[in-house]
Amino acid sequence: MRRVEATDALPVQLVGDQPTSENRTGDWRSQRPVIDAARCTGCLICWKYCPEACVTRTDKVPVILMDYCKGCAICAAECPRDCVAMQPEEAA
Amino acid sequence: MKPSIPAEELLRPGHQACQGCGATIAMRYALKGLGPKTILVVPACCWTVIAGSAPRSSVGVPLLHSPFAAAAATATGVKQALVQKGDLETQVMVWAGDGSTYDIGLQAWSGAADRGEDILYACYDNEAYMNTGIQRSGATPRGAWTMTTPDAPGSQRPPKDIGAIVRAHRPAYFATATPAFSEDMVRKFQKARAIKGFRFIHVLSPCPPGWKYDPGETVSLSRLAVQTGIFPLYEVEDERLRLNMRPAKLKPVEEFLAPQGRFKKLTPDQRRAIQQDVERRWEAWAA
Ligand code: SF4
Ligand code: SF4
Repeated sequence: MRRVEATDALPVQLVGDQPTSENRTGDWRSQRPVIDAARCTGCLICWKYCPEACVTRTDKVPVILMDYCKGCAICAAECPRDCVAMQPEEAA
Repeated sequence: MKPSIPAEELLRPGHQACQGCGATIAMRYALKGLGPKTILVVPACCWTVIAGSAPRSSVGVPLLHSPFAAAAATATGVKQALVQKGDLETQVMVWAGDGSTYDIGLQAWSGAADRGEDILYACYDNEAYMNTGIQRSGATPRGAWTMTTPDAPGSQRPPKDIGAIVRAHRPAYFATATPAFSEDMVRKFQKARAIKGFRFIHVLSPCPPGWKYDPGETVSLSRLAVQTGIFPLYEVEDERLRLNMRPAKLKPVEEFLAPQGRFKKLTPDQRRAIQQDVERRWEAWAA
């Protein structure tokens, strides 16, 4: 986030200028999405619908940031190729 | 492959929304449509939490928390401050749940609409007070289970017709949107950005714990709401209404109701009544 400069005209006390990205929400997950790279067409539908914005675009097969993925399974449900499998998270 | 919606990402991972939350997909798309020159005003709602606790923020734009009843009044002030500074470009958007739109903050946005304030008001509607633990709101559908309508027959009143209430104010722009139709939704926020005056976008936002379904079904329920005719996609400009999605044949509402635990106790009569309600409304629309 760009820092808003405090000016005389508009006194600004900024309280929130750090991203939430330091919260590793990946540890909420009980199942993890795994993309079958051989069948993925790179259509980006999983990227489009992810509520965590944690699917990153690449030239072809998207990469899921497991530090943040909460395992909701929307990507698996929406993938038109049905090539995202939800696998149980291994017991710690 | 080129993405079908803007690639720029203003929603950050690490936010604390529930798994599969429709309201976070909705914010992602709203910000993709509006871009970084945007200030958000958020009354008490789920997004009060999702926005992050200070000093962290889950959005890459300034966000102001406002009291429950005062979001549109606060946004009016923010917009005026920008005008005084000579900034005519930055958009001010209220981002409010159904509780503060249908009930507690209704007077404030009604006033802002009446004054023709140059703000965008977006209601992400998950059809109950979800943030405080699923209490009935003026948006809760008839027959739905909530914590305050726990026994059959569920919520006894129909939801307020928010589209009709907003349109009675003759806003500069009104639209409905829902995350399953991503391109349509982003386009509507882009369009609203370019229009001057009071604009309102009503977003249906599925909520896994509140509607009691599997989080993976958020997008499919959002899609079924449109395909069954429960939540028509349309926009109104110059008081002319245009349906954006006209399914050749509506799917039975049962496809939308069945995956949701909040409708589990509906009787066959109640289900038929919901179907008839949709058909009646649809006939009037299609005419
Ligand atoms: S939705 Fe499926 S096919 Fe499309 S990019 Fe994602 S994994 Fe690949
Ligand atoms: S499981 Fe959910 S959070 Fe994880 S990548 Fe898929 S859509 Fe995103």
